Amino acid sequence: MTQVSMTVNGKAVSGEVEGRTLLSGFLRDSLNLTGTHVGCDTSQCGACVVHVDGVAVKACAMLAGEAEGAEVTTIEGMAKPDGSLSTIQQAFQDHHGLQCGFCTPGMVMSAAALLQDNPNPSETEIREYLEGNICRCTGYHNIVKAIMAAAGQDVSKIAAE
Amino acid sequence: MYAFEFERPTTVDDAVKALASEDAQALGGGQTLIPTLKQRLAAPETLVSLGGIAEMKGVCIGDSGEVCIGGATSHATVAAEAGQYPALAELAAHIGDPAVRNRGTIGGSLANNDPSACYPAAALGSNATIITNKRDIAADDYFQGMFTTALEEGEIITEVRFPVPEKANYQKFVQPASRFALVGVFVAKYSDGVRVAVTGASEEGVHRWSEAEEALSADFSADAISGLSVPADGLIGDLHGTPEYRAHLVKVMTGRAVTASA
Ligand SMILES: Cc1cc2nc3c(=O)[nH]c(=O)nc-3n(C[C@H](O)[C@H](O)[C@H](O)COP(=O)(O)OP(=O)(O)OC[C@H]3O[C@@H](n4cnc5c(N)ncnc54)[C@H](O)[C@@H]3O)c2cc1C
Repeated sequence: MTQVSMTVNGKAVSGEVEGRTLLSGFLRDSLNLTGTHVGCDTSQCGACVVHVDGVAVKACAMLAGEAEGAEVTTIEGMAKPDGSLSTIQQAFQDHHGLQCGFCTPGMVMSAAALLQDNPNPSETEIREYLEGNICRCTGYHNIVKAIMAAAGQDVSKIAAE
Repeated sequence: MYAFEFERPTTVDDAVKALASEDAQALGGGQTLIPTLKQRLAAPETLVSLGGIAEMKGVCIGDSGEVCIGGATSHATVAAEAGQYPALAELAAHIGDPAVRNRGTIGGSLANNDPSACYPAAALGSNATIITNKRDIAADDYFQGMFTTALEEGEIITEVRFPVPEKANYQKFVQPASRFALVGVFVAKYSDGVRVAVTGASEEGVHRWSEAEEALSADFSADAISGLSVPADGLIGDLHGTPEYRAHLVKVMTGRAVTASA
């Protein structure tokens, strides 16, 4: 066992981990931040996407030890300081960007990373960026619509599906 | 995963030392190795992360204008910073998905030499030099068949140097489930000739298509290869495509890469 320390959602945290402990495991099991979902365990689905030092990574494909000293943001760190939903989260709610909700944490984290790099993405750019996030309810249309809305685009003419 | 010790050295020398111990293995971005460990297809005693070694990260321009990429540089960094070699930056920008590109590294991709990976095509197509802690290896000597390279036990790719061609392009026919190349072709036109490297197609892994290189060196146009055909012998056949289908794709992708070369 070794000690790891990092900042998660603005708070300094540390814990004992095994060499093989994944970042997703550390977040979920040691910190009880179970919003980071593990969907596939094969790096395909993206439900476990978190931000490490400002970029999106799959927490199930990174060892906790690799995040030593890093700034990590999970879905639990996305709401505004007063607890109300962030613009992206609110847009997912307003535009029915989720069905069962399992993929949603990863979708929101990927969307936030996209909008950070590219504040006004086209529909094509959004779809390309979400290549590594799978929604098994196949609710992509409204997810894309929610992200366009979060970017401040007029989505009123896009049919609800 | 089986249990292992984890080390995170900060210099190449320390990494080499750590890798000298029995059953130690290098960890790049982990985008291939971690899924492999989860399936218990590998059982290292110690994983030696290369992620904390600053001297192995980043993109720079060498003395003769070549693009030099540290072995632990992520695909996302290459996409953003290798603008001097646009076809290479573009290739990196289309590996997997954004989260994979933020972790996966060029050294890991070249060390793994997956028969459907993208970087091997760029390295072979550019005759890049693969620099390790021990020696410099020309790409022509480096790739030795599917998942096989010239690397020895414990040898680390510290840097990769790409001579910048006059024109180049990579065309990837995406296998939509894995996002790897079903077939990918990298074409690069240098002043002394054209190189064509094919990934995803052969049982032997990445390889050059010498007939097309000859034809394109004489006349750099998609028409120049219209009379050529690729034999299906030795090509990969699986549920995603037959050897004949891949043979056809090699020619189509080569033509597209020539037309799109810039
Ligand atoms: C969903 C998904 C989609 C992908 N799509 C593509 C794609 O379209 N095209 C593509 O080319 N790849 C693709 N990949 C693979 C990806 O590019 C990997 O990042 C890459 O193949 C391995 O690099 P890594 O740094 O993650 O290496 P790791 O997984 O850490 O290591 C792989 C191997 O290389 C060794 N190694 C690592 N670094 C070095 C080094 N510097 N020197 C010597 N040995 C080293 C390790 O010991 C291990 O044997 C995809 C992966 C995933 C999960």
